[in-house]
Amino acid sequence: MSIASIEQLADRVNADTMLVWRGRYLSTRFLLEVGDTQWLVGIHEGRVVSIARGPFVMPSWSFALRAPESEWRAFWSADPRPGFHDLMALIKRRALKAEGDLRVFMSHLRYFKEVMVKLRAQEARP
Amino acid sequence: MTAAFEPIIGRYLNTRILGRPQRLYVEEAGSGVPLLCLHTAGSDGRQYRGLLNDAEITAKHRVIAFDMPWHGKSSPPAGWHNEEYKLTSSDYTTMILEVMDALGLDRPIVMGCSIGGRIALHLALDHPERFRGIIGLQAGAHVDPYYDLNFLHRPDVHGGEVCAAVVSGLVGPHTPEKHRWETLWHYMQGGPGVFKGDLHFYKIDGDIRDRVAKIDTSRCPLFLLSGEYDYSCTPQETLEVARSVAGAEATIMEGLGHFPMSEDPERFIGYLKPVLESINEIEKRRRGT
Repeated sequence: MSIASIEQLADRVNADTMLVWRGRYLSTRFLLEVGDTQWLVGIHEGRVVSIARGPFVMPSWSFALRAPESEWRAFWSADPRPGFHDLMALIKRRALKAEGDLRVFMSHLRYFKEVMVKLRAQEARP
Repeated sequence: MTAAFEPIIGRYLNTRILGRPQRLYVEEAGSGVPLLCLHTAGSDGRQYRGLLNDAEITAKHRVIAFDMPWHGKSSPPAGWHNEEYKLTSSDYTTMILEVMDALGLDRPIVMGCSIGGRIALHLALDHPERFRGIIGLQAGAHVDPYYDLNFLHRPDVHGGEVCAAVVSGLVGPHTPEKHRWETLWHYMQGGPGVFKGDLHFYKIDGDIRDRVAKIDTSRCPLFLLSGEYDYSCTPQETLEVARSVAGAEATIMEGLGHFPMSEDPERFIGYLKPVLESINEIEKRRRGT
C-alpha cells in the first residue's frame, strides 16, 4: 500500500455525497496506525478535512485504530478473503485494536466502516 | 409490475409463554412436514421470507416462522417497560417447546440461525425426542465477546444504527444488495436493548462447550450449515461441533455469511434442500416405510 493511497481518503470520502451526509453530525480526529506509520485523520461534519502523517509529538485524537500493515493490506485488497473483509472481523481476530473514546467510533460505526473501505483497491472484481 | 400477494399467511397467536400472556406474530406457508424456523438475535421472522415463498419447499413442508417475544411484530409481555430483557438458555428452550405445543406441532424439523443455531444444539441435547430433525445454521458451541455489548443499548448511541452496523460485515460481501440491506433493515428496527438481551444467551449464558459432545444423533439427526464469511460463528467453530458430535453433518456454504436464509435465499435454499431430503429419508427409515 502506498502512502498516496491513504492521502486519497479525502477525495474518495468527500466525493460520496451520501457518506458525507451520514456523517453530518460528526466532527472529530482519529488516529490510524498502519504498522509503524501513524496518520491523523480530521473530519468535519462528515467531510475528511485533514490527513497528517506521523510521527507526532503530542497527537490528540478521539479514538485510534491500530493494526499491522499486513492486516490493512489484506483489508484494502479488492476482494478480501473471509475474516479480512470487515473492521469487526479484524477486531474479532484481535488483529485490529480500537481504543480511546469508542463512543465516537461506535455511534458512527457504519460511517467509519465505509470510510475505511474507501481505501480498498478499486480494480474490477473477478 | 403486477400486484400479487405472497403465499405467506401471518397471524397473531395469543398464548401463555414462560408463565405470561403473550401476543406472538407467526407466519407460515405450505403444508406437509412442519419446519419451524428460528430467527437470529435482534431480528425477526422476515429473515425466512425466501423460504416461505419457495414453492418447492412449501409443497412438502409447512414452514413456520414466529417472532420471539420482544421481536418483530410480537409484543413484549405486559410489564416490559420496567424490565431489562435478557434471554437465557432455559427460557429460550421453554419458549420454543411452548410455541410448538400452542401450534400443535408433532415432531417438527427445527431450524435456527445464530442464537437459533445455538439453541438447536441445546434442543438436540435435551429434547431430541421432540424433533424429527434439527438444523443449526451458523451454529457454534460458544462465541467470545469481541466488542463492548453496552454500545448496543445506551441513550447516546442510536440502537438501530449501531446494531445494523455491528452485524453488517457478517453478511457475505457478494450477496445481492437488495437482500443485504433488507437483512440490515431488520436490525435497524429492533427494540431498545433487545439485540443485547439476546446476546446474553449467545455470548454468556448459552455456552454449551462442555456438553455438546453428548448429543446423540441416533435420537435425532443433526445438520449444520455455516456461511464462510461468518466471523461471529466461524466455519471452524461449526466444524469443531461436527467433529465432537458423532453423526452430525456439517457443510460450509460458499459466499454466504451469518444470515444465509436472508442474505441470499436462493443460494441458501440450494444448500438446504438436500438436508431436508436427508431428514425425510431418515424419518422414513425410522418408521420402516
